Amino acid sequence: MTTAEMTPELDGSTPRRLRLPFSGWHFVLVPLTFVLIVPLIWMVVTSLQTQGEANRFPPVLLPHHPRPANYVDAWHTAPFGTFFVNSALVALVVVVSNLVVCSLAGYAFARVRFLGSKALFMVLMATLMVPFQVTMIPVFLIVKWFGDHVSPYLGINHLGALMLPNLATAFGIFFLRQFFQTVPVELEEAARVDGTSRLGVLFKIVLPLSMPAMSTLAALTILTSWNDFLWPLIVITNQDQMTVPLGLSYFQGAHQTNWPLLMAGNVMSLVPMLIVFVVAQRHFVQSVAGTGLKG
Amino acid sequence: MAGRWRRLGRSESATGWMLVSPGAILIGIFGLLPVLMALRLSFQKSDLLTPDTPWVGTKNYRQLADDPRFAEAIQHTIVYTALFVPGTMLVGLLVAAALNRSVRFISVYRTAAYITMAVSTISEGIIFLWLTDKDYGLVNATLNTVGISSQPFLASTSQALYVIVAMTIWGWTGFAVIVYLAALQGVPAELHEAAAIDGARPFTRFRTITVPLLSPASLFLVVWLSINALQLFDEVYLTTRGGPLHATTVIVYYLWDQAFVQFNAGYAAAMAYVLFVVSVLFTAVQFRLARKYVHYS
Repeated sequence: MTTAEMTPELDGSTPRRLRLPFSGWHFVLVPLTFVLIVPLIWMVVTSLQTQGEANRFPPVLLPHHPRPANYVDAWHTAPFGTFFVNSALVALVVVVSNLVVCSLAGYAFARVRFLGSKALFMVLMATLMVPFQVTMIPVFLIVKWFGDHVSPYLGINHLGALMLPNLATAFGIFFLRQFFQTVPVELEEAARVDGTSRLGVLFKIVLPLSMPAMSTLAALTILTSWNDFLWPLIVITNQDQMTVPLGLSYFQGAHQTNWPLLMAGNVMSLVPMLIVFVVAQRHFVQSVAGTGLKG
Repeated sequence: MAGRWRRLGRSESATGWMLVSPGAILIGIFGLLPVLMALRLSFQKSDLLTPDTPWVGTKNYRQLADDPRFAEAIQHTIVYTALFVPGTMLVGLLVAAALNRSVRFISVYRTAAYITMAVSTISEGIIFLWLTDKDYGLVNATLNTVGISSQPFLASTSQALYVIVAMTIWGWTGFAVIVYLAALQGVPAELHEAAAIDGARPFTRFRTITVPLLSPASLFLVVWLSINALQLFDEVYLTTRGGPLHATTVIVYYLWDQAFVQFNAGYAAAMAYVLFVVSVLFTAVQFRLARKYVHYS
């Protein structure tokens, strides 16, 4: 109300002042966001240049004859299709497994009073403190053992080696437990009185109410799995089992100075996660902001 | 009555254990068991391939204490962490402060600021390798237009580590912006209005109202970014392979090199344990300091 009353007065007192049809903050925000995404813009620009244009100094800011054929070349130079399929398979298995396994455990820790639950929970959460670099050498030996004694598809140089250690995470269990605790317990009690089993309650009542948390966990897991580099570097050397980041790093090693080709490959490698990120942005923002505020 | 309770309790326990067992077994095998195996390995000599792993006592740890390359790696990691953590927080706070307003298209600006979160470390490395190329890079072209001569960047022992600091700050900006923006949106507008009426200038208000209210978010970022800084690997592997002349060899790069290139797995496991203890102590100290400086409203 007060602003509405004041505005005409303000307008009247400064009649000659130039008024912008939009907020002045755009003069700050446009250059700021531009600087932040310049690396990405430059990647796209280079991916459309000819090699001659890329090797010129000062750089050609706008390609005179954009060359989309770089993308076709990159696609044929390295098996990007295989990398995508591999990354997608690993991400799919890891996400589905995490959602199932972590929701079962998270629900038990949130609702079922069982002997040793507190101790077990503490022990599992303690693993969150351990850097991956501490466990990676033994995990390599364990995965090698699985490959030698259980199935070669779970061992070194197979996609199984990328899935196996990531099928469940302590973070996922913690995250879902926190969410399940906020689901009103009365709903569950009513169903329990009607004779529904624990599993029935979880699948019919709790999970449908927990879709926001499940999608957030799925989004975070896809991103982590897709962008993981160190573990694939350790266990995969066959090109036909490589994921996108690992394949991209080999591609970079093989074509060090062909920048347009490298950037075309780089753009292709980024597209799936950029789409996932933009579509699921809300979930990423909530999960990061949520953990940050609880600190 | 008591018997019935016990029966119920027992069946609850059975249900509970049934539900947690898949997760507990997986995390047990790939999260807990390796912690113990790594400890044992750190007292052994192992090349990862042959099953023969002789016991060497504390030799690996004593060797670490005298290894000049390990000392160098620690030094590089400290310099990197000391620049990366505050750098990312400062950039994140400034960008978040600019984005904390309701103007048209704000969601587009915000998405543009968040997007670096989706860029993989490998893509980031390739992009910055090209941006900072000493002959054809965009950064040198920009420096030349303002009268500064071309720099060698990643090819220079004195500059490479700072280039890696810059590229990782860029990579983490999206994350820091999300954290700070959420915290800024939680700062009550009334506090600022009241202080403004009392005559406090914008900078004073920012320092005395906003910064203290942001302290939980800042603590989270300090802890989280430090943990990740101590684990720096991907960008170093892609851009410099620890060079030139070990100038960017950080702890985890040296660890990986020892374990999976030189096949000194026992020695690498000892290094991993030192890293583990240091990061736990580091986090504990940060929480200790936080008691003094962090305000929860």
